[in-house]
Amino acid sequence: MSEHTITVTVNGVPMTRQVPARRTLADFLRIDCALTGTHLGCEHGVCGACTVVIDGNAVRSCLMFAVQADGVEVRTVEGVAAPDGTLSPVQRLLREEHGLQCGFCTPGFVMTLTALAERTPPASEEEMRNALSGHICRCTGYQGILRAVRRLARGAQAEG
Amino acid sequence: MTAIRGEGARFMGQRVLRREDLRLLTGQGQFVDDIVLPGMLHATFVRSTVARARIAGIDIQAARALPGVHAIFTAADLSRHVKAQPYMHSNAPGAAQVLHLPLADQDVRFVGDPVVLVIATDRYIAEDAAELVVVDYEPEDPVVDFLTARDAPPVHAEIGTNVGLEFATPDDPGLEKAFAGAAHVITETFSQQRHACVPMETRGVVASWSAGEMTVHLSTQIAHMARRYIGLAVGLGDHQLRVIARDVGGGFGLKAHVDREEIGVIAAAKLLKVPVKWIEDRVEHLTVAGHARQETVTCRMGFDAQGRIVAAHFDHKDDVGSFPLVSPGGIGMMAAMYFTGPYRVPRYGFRAASYFTNTAGRCAYRGPWMTESLIRESMMEIAARQMGMDPFELRRRNVITAAEQPFTTPTGLTFYAVTPAESMEQALKMLDLDAFRAMQAQARAEGRLVGLGASVYIEPSSAGSNPQGVGPSDVAEIRIEPDGRVNVQMSAGTGGNSIETTMAQLIADELGVDMEQVSVRFGDTAHAGFGAGSGGSRQAEFGGSAAKLAAAQMRAKVLKIAGHLLELDPGELEMVDGEIRSTAGANKWISLGELAGIAYLDVLRLPAGMEAGLETRARYHRGHLQNHSNATHLCVCEIDRRTGQVRILRWLVSEDCGVMINPMIVEGQVAGGVVQGIGGVLYEHAAYDEDGNPIATSFKDYLMPLALDVPEIEFGHLVTPGDAPNGAKGIGEGGAIVAPAALLNAVADALAPLGVRVNTLPLSPSRILDLIASAGP
Repeated sequence: MSEHTITVTVNGVPMTRQVPARRTLADFLRIDCALTGTHLGCEHGVCGACTVVIDGNAVRSCLMFAVQADGVEVRTVEGVAAPDGTLSPVQRLLREEHGLQCGFCTPGFVMTLTALAERTPPASEEEMRNALSGHICRCTGYQGILRAVRRLARGAQAEG
Repeated sequence: MTAIRGEGARFMGQRVLRREDLRLLTGQGQFVDDIVLPGMLHATFVRSTVARARIAGIDIQAARALPGVHAIFTAADLSRHVKAQPYMHSNAPGAAQVLHLPLADQDVRFVGDPVVLVIATDRYIAEDAAELVVVDYEPEDPVVDFLTARDAPPVHAEIGTNVGLEFATPDDPGLEKAFAGAAHVITETFSQQRHACVPMETRGVVASWSAGEMTVHLSTQIAHMARRYIGLAVGLGDHQLRVIARDVGGGFGLKAHVDREEIGVIAAAKLLKVPVKWIEDRVEHLTVAGHARQETVTCRMGFDAQGRIVAAHFDHKDDVGSFPLVSPGGIGMMAAMYFTGPYRVPRYGFRAASYFTNTAGRCAYRGPWMTESLIRESMMEIAARQMGMDPFELRRRNVITAAEQPFTTPTGLTFYAVTPAESMEQALKMLDLDAFRAMQAQARAEGRLVGLGASVYIEPSSAGSNPQGVGPSDVAEIRIEPDGRVNVQMSAGTGGNSIETTMAQLIADELGVDMEQVSVRFGDTAHAGFGAGSGGSRQAEFGGSAAKLAAAQMRAKVLKIAGHLLELDPGELEMVDGEIRSTAGANKWISLGELAGIAYLDVLRLPAGMEAGLETRARYHRGHLQNHSNATHLCVCEIDRRTGQVRILRWLVSEDCGVMINPMIVEGQVAGGVVQGIGGVLYEHAAYDEDGNPIATSFKDYLMPLALDVPEIEFGHLVTPGDAPNGAKGIGEGGAIVAPAALLNAVADALAPLGVRVNTLPLSPSRILDLIASAGP
């Protein structure tokens, strides 16, 4: 198995590591960068827990190889809140609406909603709701997540 | 974000936002796969690819030679270091006991049966090595259908039969006489499919053995019970073993067990003296971790001419697979015990039977006995249709009222402080039944299939104290530190049940401090004494009551000290806003911080004879009399005739779990259970083919509800306190127990004009289309 030296900028910090070609981006983040906020729920691209943001797009890191992210900027859940810990609007709304319980699927939802909310123009409520079909949550029954999405979309419209 | 405060109690009963969220939203949670220890190795299993076979040989040479492989274990290497254990829970007297060892020895008994344990420097290499292991199988015909397993070759030769348990109440001529004299007798056989639990975090363990002490990071709901089980299996005392579960990504009952793989990895770590991590992958989870709910029930109910139930019989069979984590018969017995539910049933009999098959073993899954509600509530609506009676009127004629409580069921359960009748009326009011009936009539006139289904149920608050007499306790230890902050350690467990917040709410109120001053820790056997952890809808009552009792002791001590220091009567002091103040107008007060400093550091100022420090502890347990919660769920659905798709239009809940510590959390728990129930009725199926191969091996096959599939759930609350010190009753499992019947009944009601019986799950689109087609043109 070939090994490659790659540099991935994660949450603004360049991470230079040597990885086997078959190392997934998710494992690279979790193991090589010690950023364990990105979670693995299925490793076959359905559950969405591994979602990160690349170039403003929500991407399943379990379906990407680390070597494909050489020279790329990746945003993970650890890079969403402000440096002083203030939650982003997506994070704050999920909390206010009780959109998480065990928290395992949560990073994926945060990244997808962050990508959609930060788009120009921001995604509509319908687009955001449709994007939720890429995420499985087993704890909440999605009730709080949907409430958060409604407020997120309306807030984004109010600002935009 | 500041807590929302209300009148009276500052935190109890309020929709306080969760403190867990701050780390979980920012990727700072600590789940078992986040644990990295120096020198840690990684495990994977070679698993059987056939459902039943003799193992003729295992060749590990190529695998062992692969660079990066540290060790390979077969049963011959590992089993002698492990003491075989039976299941942990739900012991049913007379049940066959299957002993669990980590690895299959002479033969494999289900697809996925672990045969070889591979340990390597990373998971990728471990899986490479696993691919190089060659197991020589001599396949035999597997037993796959539990309904015919009784007469099939035994799955477990050493047990000699596939009967896990067969139990029946004695023949009762009075029961048959009651049926014979009934104006209406309804008989139906229901078949429910196999489910998987599917927490979003799979199972996982990191085991580390160092100088005579084993630390096990485990994704578990039950740290202390796991410690006991692990200790028995690998030969360690409770004092040599520490189990830690910080964040757990869902459990739902599955993680209230310790299974063979975890024991195998822990035993390997003990032998290798190096930390070993095993994280289950999703394919493993869906196919081997544990299945549930595969049950077939034949039910008879007899009614008099006025619709009053005169007799009932519940005949329950379930598939416990090959290596069940629960006792055969345990769940069937529990379902049978609770079957009569919220209704008066004068005469009742039941059968419960469990059979082994060459499939993955049965585990506990959120309200394991839920078929009692599924069947009973379906039968009530079938009966109502047959008798031409409104199903709610039928229920009214049978439901246990407040005046009849305490009420003892035919199986000896005692219900008190339950409100099934009131919850049904509240739910109907929320629905506006008349408006719905008018809408339904209009829809039916247009040829649309619109239905309303209900489910009324009662659930035990803490099945850990169950009718079989198993009664764990839980402990809360409160330490007010020298600076006045409150440190709480509990035997509670988690999986997403928010107790880090709810317990802080409760204790902050008891001690008159801000929630920010209270820290709650649990899920670590080093932190608090033994307890049953989470599972069985128990934390609000058990954890909460232990916390309340410990807090009451603390308050008494603090007030006594304050009275001594301030020269006031403790009876005229209160703890509020982090201070101890006079209620009698005296202008003297002391901060809790100052008082705590004195209690630890200036101890001669304490009352004579008083122990220094501020540390209290209380345990809570109960006897056989349990608290019960109850609810009514209503579901409105519409079925698309062309596609068979079921669309849920409304979902209403009227629930009563006693005093709610945090209504937001209660609603979240119920909603999660409801959606698991929807998944079970419409989508989920951990199916096997006739050769015993599991065919739902990924999320592309094992379907669960997504955000666009779920209704906006509407909640009504009733509050009828139980007799626990904090008045709370458990609700964690409730949604999953009561919801399926409401949806099944809604579908049945929608299809009622076609005259079809809905009795087989899942109600996939193809099954619905078959039902519609069977009704003819």
